[in-house]
Amino acid sequence: MGYPYSHEKEVPILSKHFGDPQARTLKGWKSRGGYEALEKALAMSPEEVVEVVKASGLRGRGGAGFPTGLKWSFMPKDRSRPHYLLCNADESEPGTFKDRELLRWVPHLLIEGCLIGAYAMGAEHVYIYCRGEFFEANQVLAKAVDDAYEAGIAGEDVLGSGHKIEITVHAGAGAYICGEETGLMNSLEGRRGEPRIKPPFPAAVGAFGMPTTINNVETLCAIPPIVANGGEWYRQWGTEKSPGTKLFCVSGHVRRPGNYELPLGFPLKDLIYDVCGGIVEDRALKAVIPGGSSVPLLSAEEVEDCTLDYEGVVEAGSMLGCASVIVMDETTDIVHQVMRMAAFYAHESCGQCTPCREGTAWVTTILKRIEDGRGTEEDLDVLVQLTDQMTGTTICVLSDSVAAPVQSSIQKFREEYLALIRRGERVGVA
Amino acid sequence: MVTLTIDGTEIEVPASTTILQAAQGIGTEVPHYCYHPGLSSPAMCRLCLVEVEGGPKLLPSCTTEVAAGQVVHTQSESALGMRRGVLEFYLANHPLDCPICDQSGECDLQDYVFEGGREHGRSREAKRVFGRDDFGGDVLFHGDRCVMCTRCVRFMTEVEQKPLLTVVDRGNRSVIDTFFEEGLQQAEWAGNVVDICPVGALVSKDFLHKARAWDLEHTESICPNCSQGCNVDLHTRDNLVHRMKPRTNPEVNGYWICDYGRSRYEWLNRGERLDAPVVRIEGRNDAMGWTTALTTLQERLQERASGRVRALVSPFWSNEDLSAVIRLVDALGGGEVLYRSPRAEEEVPLAGVAGLARRRDLAPNVRGAELLGCTRVGDDEGRGGLEALTDHEGVVLVLGDTLDEEDEGFAPNAELVIYIGAYGSTALSTADFQLPITTFAEQEGTFTNHAGRVQRFWPALAGPGAARPAWLVIGALSGALEEQEGPSGAGEAFQVVTEMVEAYRGLTYDAIGSQGASSEAPVPVAGD
Repeated sequence: MGYPYSHEKEVPILSKHFGDPQARTLKGWKSRGGYEALEKALAMSPEEVVEVVKASGLRGRGGAGFPTGLKWSFMPKDRSRPHYLLCNADESEPGTFKDRELLRWVPHLLIEGCLIGAYAMGAEHVYIYCRGEFFEANQVLAKAVDDAYEAGIAGEDVLGSGHKIEITVHAGAGAYICGEETGLMNSLEGRRGEPRIKPPFPAAVGAFGMPTTINNVETLCAIPPIVANGGEWYRQWGTEKSPGTKLFCVSGHVRRPGNYELPLGFPLKDLIYDVCGGIVEDRALKAVIPGGSSVPLLSAEEVEDCTLDYEGVVEAGSMLGCASVIVMDETTDIVHQVMRMAAFYAHESCGQCTPCREGTAWVTTILKRIEDGRGTEEDLDVLVQLTDQMTGTTICVLSDSVAAPVQSSIQKFREEYLALIRRGERVGVA
Repeated sequence: MVTLTIDGTEIEVPASTTILQAAQGIGTEVPHYCYHPGLSSPAMCRLCLVEVEGGPKLLPSCTTEVAAGQVVHTQSESALGMRRGVLEFYLANHPLDCPICDQSGECDLQDYVFEGGREHGRSREAKRVFGRDDFGGDVLFHGDRCVMCTRCVRFMTEVEQKPLLTVVDRGNRSVIDTFFEEGLQQAEWAGNVVDICPVGALVSKDFLHKARAWDLEHTESICPNCSQGCNVDLHTRDNLVHRMKPRTNPEVNGYWICDYGRSRYEWLNRGERLDAPVVRIEGRNDAMGWTTALTTLQERLQERASGRVRALVSPFWSNEDLSAVIRLVDALGGGEVLYRSPRAEEEVPLAGVAGLARRRDLAPNVRGAELLGCTRVGDDEGRGGLEALTDHEGVVLVLGDTLDEEDEGFAPNAELVIYIGAYGSTALSTADFQLPITTFAEQEGTFTNHAGRVQRFWPALAGPGAARPAWLVIGALSGALEEQEGPSGAGEAFQVVTEMVEAYRGLTYDAIGSQGASSEAPVPVAGD
């Protein structure tokens, strides 16, 4: 069952029960095979579970695409200090709405994934840091956690295995930067949501100073089916380096926007024209942001041969990120869209690092000025240089996130900037 | 130990050293704002980024630890380029109001931009404006000058451990602020945030627009306001102390001084000074030259009828001055040497630094006086306890103490009243001799702090008129009485002190240097 749209090319593993209210309840979830993977995992050794995840080739779904099994294996084996598993449910990247649907429709899938992960890493406590604005998702998740505790699935004695795994749902307070893993840890601890300098890495010093692994909602949701069916099973989809399925959040000028679970390596063009029904009013494609607002734009030509796996999108000139595909047709005012993105990052910069704090705001002001018809051609050079100065110079990558759309748009849609600067003409309709 | 190469120089440093510290070791200062040796390093100012060969990107030298075989470039094209870029961001919203900024001349933003910034800024945009905010206490905040290094926030949180400052809002709206009406007036060490602020964002209200940094002379000294003996610099211009700043000494005060001490420097500029020797002849005060005055005093002392001397000294004077009094008293047949000192009800410790507190004794040389064998009298206000002197019929000698609570004509029965002091005293205005001396700020010498550490200070001001160091005046007098020469320099005067106090044996004036030296005096238990 898809939600709100589905397509025959989809491979619904995580999204199988989207739109099915019964799957939200513990009873409904169990009748759909829920918590069988957890039982299977508990019968294995923690190392074996990690091996299964490694074998599946599952890569982090939060954006960076780091191999999950490898990440889990970084956790120290020494159990003298508490270990924590954090679930990053602070989904805030503009254009991304996959975790929200997972939280809303299959909360028990996430809980099951968390418990398996915690067991595999010897974590005694799972914190699910859920974006505060996801009011419904927070409620659904909290209810599911309560039910799991009541049924003895979470808590002192997980399914009678003798293992203690606590789960806490923590609602965020409205900052994009708290979705950055170390910013999230600070926020969880009650500090300002500011990313921490690495090293030390979370596996050594994470939440509350303890060894911590942090995984995205979608990553953890992929764990129960992988454990239930084995690593090789997961590899039947996707590519060699990017195995499995992935939720694609498609928004923008397409006929059927929404979440689609597709094998990695799926052609971007097919996603737009087949799965999503093509562009509204059959207008021409101008640009696509393939991985959320912080990755470079792809021009229509670049979209042609782009496949949606981690390597394929890089080859096309962007990044898969969290697979949030924003489709822009010919009526799009690129300068305005880029200004909107820059303004978002300027608003969300935590303000720690100087290049980001000052740079995001400065870039936004220049873009606004260009949009108002008061720009100069020199401004474009300044924008490129400023964003250069903002790339790779800060604690986290928020400032790099501004550089990507600004630089790629100036490179690929320079004539739109020049039309505004030279003639005061807007290309497209804002 | 780890061997690495910084800018082509091979250097060996302990394993946990950061690149920034290692670079300091070879005299290379990597620009930085958020790093301060007395605070944690958040690595957020991004100014200290350096190139490490083989690294994926530039690394913050303040948190990156050295590694064997590491090759670091602090002045490579990429490092300098990035520094230039970061500095440009700092100036995007900076008001550039150096002409009216107190920090001008000692500002890290000025220095770094002059050294490695762009010649011309490229920002054409309107600047963000925060305005000013009174943070309470002596601290005034200019939001527009702030570089958001958060040293002040970390000082209050980590060192004083009263989190009275915080960052509010985020992005380029972030600004340092206090909590509602709760300002720094509740703090006891908040003045340090002005010192560690690398720019003119946090300035001292007391010092506001008083002097330009480049007009001030800095003299190494010791804070005279309690017995902790914090190392300070006196900043002077036109023979006036304009402010007192902490001087780094890891053994005594780290990088900090308390607000109580910092704010009490103005007495060093006090007027009503004695500036010429005054001898009372036939009910009239006559000013005269030193030779005549001292010869007269010598004669009077030699002719005196009843021998006993009773002396009162002040712990605001140096070991050399106090020891000279004791030597004179001995030369005159011996007698008790008393002192009075104000004493606070309790210590004010700095939570984050072990061994640093504003001590109960509110004078710099109480321990020195005790080690020299002086006896404490009077109450915690530094008053009273003068019974032994008031009715004394022999010689009454007062050094430094102005006897503020006493009326004119102190010690009416005394055969001879000698006042050796810096300030005019009503009680001693009819003394037989009033000899003008310099304060510690006008001479060289040593104080001994509460823990028995002997520390030197240097003259920051010129004494008025004929005022001379007490050890020189009294030394000349006892020299004349004993028919041998008194000390001719502060070093010789200190030599006399070491001969009188067992715990000082082995100390030399040169070895004490500017960082002081511990003596063998037992360290008092905390709280004493």
